[in-house]
Amino acid sequence: MGTKEEAQGTLSSTDFGVAASAFILNWNTICSSFPPWTWVLSHHQVEGYLSLENILLSSTQEEHGELSCPGPGKHSLQEDPIDVDDATLVHINPCKVHYYDLHIIYCNSYRVPVLYFRAYDSDGEPLEFDEIEKDLPAYSKKALSDSKWTFITQEEHPYLNRPWYKLHPCGTSEWMKLLFHADDALAKTGVAIELYLVAWLSVVGHVVGLRIPFEMMKQL
Amino acid sequence: MEEAQKYVWEGAIPLQIHLHESEVTTLPTPPPALILAPRIGYLPLLVPQIKPHFSNALPPGSPDTVWFDYNGLPLKWYIPTGVLFDLLCAEPERPWNLTVHFRGYPSNILVPCEGEDSVKWGFINSLKEAAYIINGNCKNVMNMSQPDQVELWRSVLNGNLEAYVRISSKLKLGTVGDEYTDSGGQGQVKTGRVPVRLYVWSVSEDFDDLEDAPQIDSWDKISYINRPVEIHGEEGNYFTLQDAVKSILPEYFPNKSSTNEESSRDEDENEQKVPSEEGEKYLSENVESFYPSDNVEIKLVRIQGIEPKMEIPFSWVVKNLTNPEHYLHICVCLKVPQVL
Repeated sequence: MGTKEEAQGTLSSTDFGVAASAFILNWNTICSSFPPWTWVLSHHQVEGYLSLENILLSSTQEEHGELSCPGPGKHSLQEDPIDVDDATLVHINPCKVHYYDLHIIYCNSYRVPVLYFRAYDSDGEPLEFDEIEKDLPAYSKKALSDSKWTFITQEEHPYLNRPWYKLHPCGTSEWMKLLFHADDALAKTGVAIELYLVAWLSVVGHVVGLRIPFEMMKQL
Repeated sequence: MEEAQKYVWEGAIPLQIHLHESEVTTLPTPPPALILAPRIGYLPLLVPQIKPHFSNALPPGSPDTVWFDYNGLPLKWYIPTGVLFDLLCAEPERPWNLTVHFRGYPSNILVPCEGEDSVKWGFINSLKEAAYIINGNCKNVMNMSQPDQVELWRSVLNGNLEAYVRISSKLKLGTVGDEYTDSGGQGQVKTGRVPVRLYVWSVSEDFDDLEDAPQIDSWDKISYINRPVEIHGEEGNYFTLQDAVKSILPEYFPNKSSTNEESSRDEDENEQKVPSEEGEKYLSENVESFYPSDNVEIKLVRIQGIEPKMEIPFSWVVKNLTNPEHYLHICVCLKVPQVL
């Protein structure tokens, strides 16, 4: 990642590939009990994106942890296996269980990754936005209602020709800039690219209530 | 303002719009509506003209969102009308026969549309994105006053180029196109990025007549590439349309910097799509061309309904053929070898 891009919080398409590669290796090693991220190729094998599908985000999640129970054949994203106990599991209404597909796609225009997602219920029916909104942490709901520029919109997936939800990228470089400048050590050791996605996802994931396992965060 | 810009704004596609047979409740079938659709406009904006034409024939009950199809292909409403026409009608069909639906919106395929508001927001978002590409930030668009925003949108709705130029010049969205001069491109051309949206369809067999070109019956047959063209100062004066198109299709036309390494490689290695090393796996610069570049041919390039000579300076194209949201929409047909 060139110093200029680092300073701006953006990254090139090539760097995104490097960052994604590092992210997958790290995630799949450190968080082996979690569902794995995969790299999907598109556009004649030159462009690619990160994919995590069929993950469970229960609508009864709280801000500081996620309750999730594995559905049959579906992956679950548990904060820490020890924390989930049977008593909690019983209270989750199976009808309110929501599944999410997450794709992290590089945006050539803004030069940052962008999160695309879609949500569906246990019957595979797509969720309406107001149901998704209920899944969002309280601070996101507030930001959505306050903001002049809606930051979650329904747009066409860049490769799949289907409507997905997208988190608007135009503020990304600003807070990525802050994240990297906050840590001189990070900039100097030059591991900035490799950690870009962990840092990015720690913020973006927060918006949709996705928690990054602590072990991944320790690297930052 | 440039003569060419005026022609672009005045460009229109004659449409012949038929009500879908499943929605016709009267006899005789209502005749199709004949509408002249601005190239730089969008199909949902025509609904106020179309709906009255068919209102008598529609079944009772409140209609769903309006949508259009061409030969069964649902049309993406946020793509400018002129681009849809250039892309889907290899051999231009005049009038262009479209089908309108007032029911059964295919929400699993098309992003929702709430009429003019949705189109306007799509337009403003594209403008924001273009501003970011050109200036490195979208402050000027985000900070537009409400009256300015309204007037800008109105000017596009009504095809009023003078009003548009007045407002959009405040946004300071000059690009490399502004450096073009008739004296043959003398003077400094600044380095920069140009917003481009490429719609690529490939054919594996040659055709002489556009009439023989295969129909596009699914959006999966089109590669939509939203990638800015990068222009570097020194080469700016000689940067042609062909150079621009090839620069944003590295999968077909690998960069000059990598061709030295590639020419010494075997034919066999070209079959391998991904180098074996884990670390390099995702590096697009190291990916070999999916096709050897001399086998890929640009068969057709269409912008605003014209097929410019490929040697034309790209800066001229940018200056004159962009859409109001500052994007250059280019339809490209590539002839590629058979995919195994």
